[in-house]
Amino acid sequence: MADAEKIIEIRVLRYRSEQDKEPVPQSFKVPFTDDMSVLQGLQYIKDYLDGTLSFRWSCRMAICGSCGMMIDGKPKLSCKTFLREYYPEGLSVEALAHFPIERDLIVSVEDFVTKLERIKPYIIPKEPRTLEQGEYLQTPQQRDMYEQFSSCINCMLCYAACPQYGLNPDFTGPGILALLHRYNADSRDGGQSERLNSLGHTDEGFWGCTAVAYCSEVCPKGVDPANAINQNKMNSAINYFTRFVTQGEANK
Amino acid sequence: MSNRRPYVRSMDGWWKRDAYFMRYMAREVTALFVAAYAFVLLVGLVRLSQGEAAFNGWLQYLKTPQMLVFHLIALATFCYHTWSWFSIMPKTMPIMYVGGKRVQPGAITGAGIAASVVACLAVLLIAGGMHS
Repeated sequence: MADAEKIIEIRVLRYRSEQDKEPVPQSFKVPFTDDMSVLQGLQYIKDYLDGTLSFRWSCRMAICGSCGMMIDGKPKLSCKTFLREYYPEGLSVEALAHFPIERDLIVSVEDFVTKLERIKPYIIPKEPRTLEQGEYLQTPQQRDMYEQFSSCINCMLCYAACPQYGLNPDFTGPGILALLHRYNADSRDGGQSERLNSLGHTDEGFWGCTAVAYCSEVCPKGVDPANAINQNKMNSAINYFTRFVTQGEANK
Repeated sequence: MSNRRPYVRSMDGWWKRDAYFMRYMAREVTALFVAAYAFVLLVGLVRLSQGEAAFNGWLQYLKTPQMLVFHLIALATFCYHTWSWFSIMPKTMPIMYVGGKRVQPGAITGAGIAASVVACLAVLLIAGGMHS
């Protein structure tokens, strides 16, 4: 902090359930250097100005997915966003939109984790192989079909960008549907129907999406959840109709 | 006793929070103009079934100033509606390969807009041919 000369205002939306009826804004003046992230600004507040400020963080390099928050109203990773971009106007910081606020900048992730478990986010082998049979082979093109969707870090920024999730929390939401597609589109996987059936054919699944597509804009890892969801509407529709004709086939 | 009291924020006025949401809502609202114009054409069809005089009356009505203004507004909203849906079209399609190369989103959007321009020109040419 030795060479810090500039001061920036960080307006944090605080919520302490034991004393606040509803979230209240609180302003802090933070000295900063050009290489400081918003996360470092919050750490300065916690270390020097107000130790009660609560927020999640871990890796500081955009891979753990813990420090997502609304920065000037946009869902961003605070470790990947720099204070200098908001100088001299200052910035507002708020817990991720569309999730219940647990405390200050910390949201409740219960709903997300429950849904994540439900879609079985792991490979269900199409044909079990023994060690002697060797690895599962895949062509580069087969890998391309799911590769970008496998970059998800569960940071939930896409949920804060999705008004449909905000309006109807039963909607499975962009990130988890993208992960569902990541496994369903994997040539080694055989769990497609299992996952599609676990969603049903209602607004809880793909049909809750109205193609706002802001999820794909805000993803810090270049995942395109809107694409994953919308190409699966066709799969869901086919699965819905064919289950009458070929019950056995659809459930395979 | 736990002090846990998760706070759920209101969604009131959500679409005004971000320019991205406003563009989305504009796409949705312009669909109403598409529906309104479909209704105008439907009325034309009904008038056609009622005979030549009725159909000509409908044609005359379309030439009134208020209907000309309506057409201009409808045209502007159609252009936006078309553009916004073709912009999102790459998100609705599976990953495609042509000649071993992946088809880029811009190519899909461009092809959609080009197809709509060609369709408009074809309709104009046919309509122009009928008049001449």
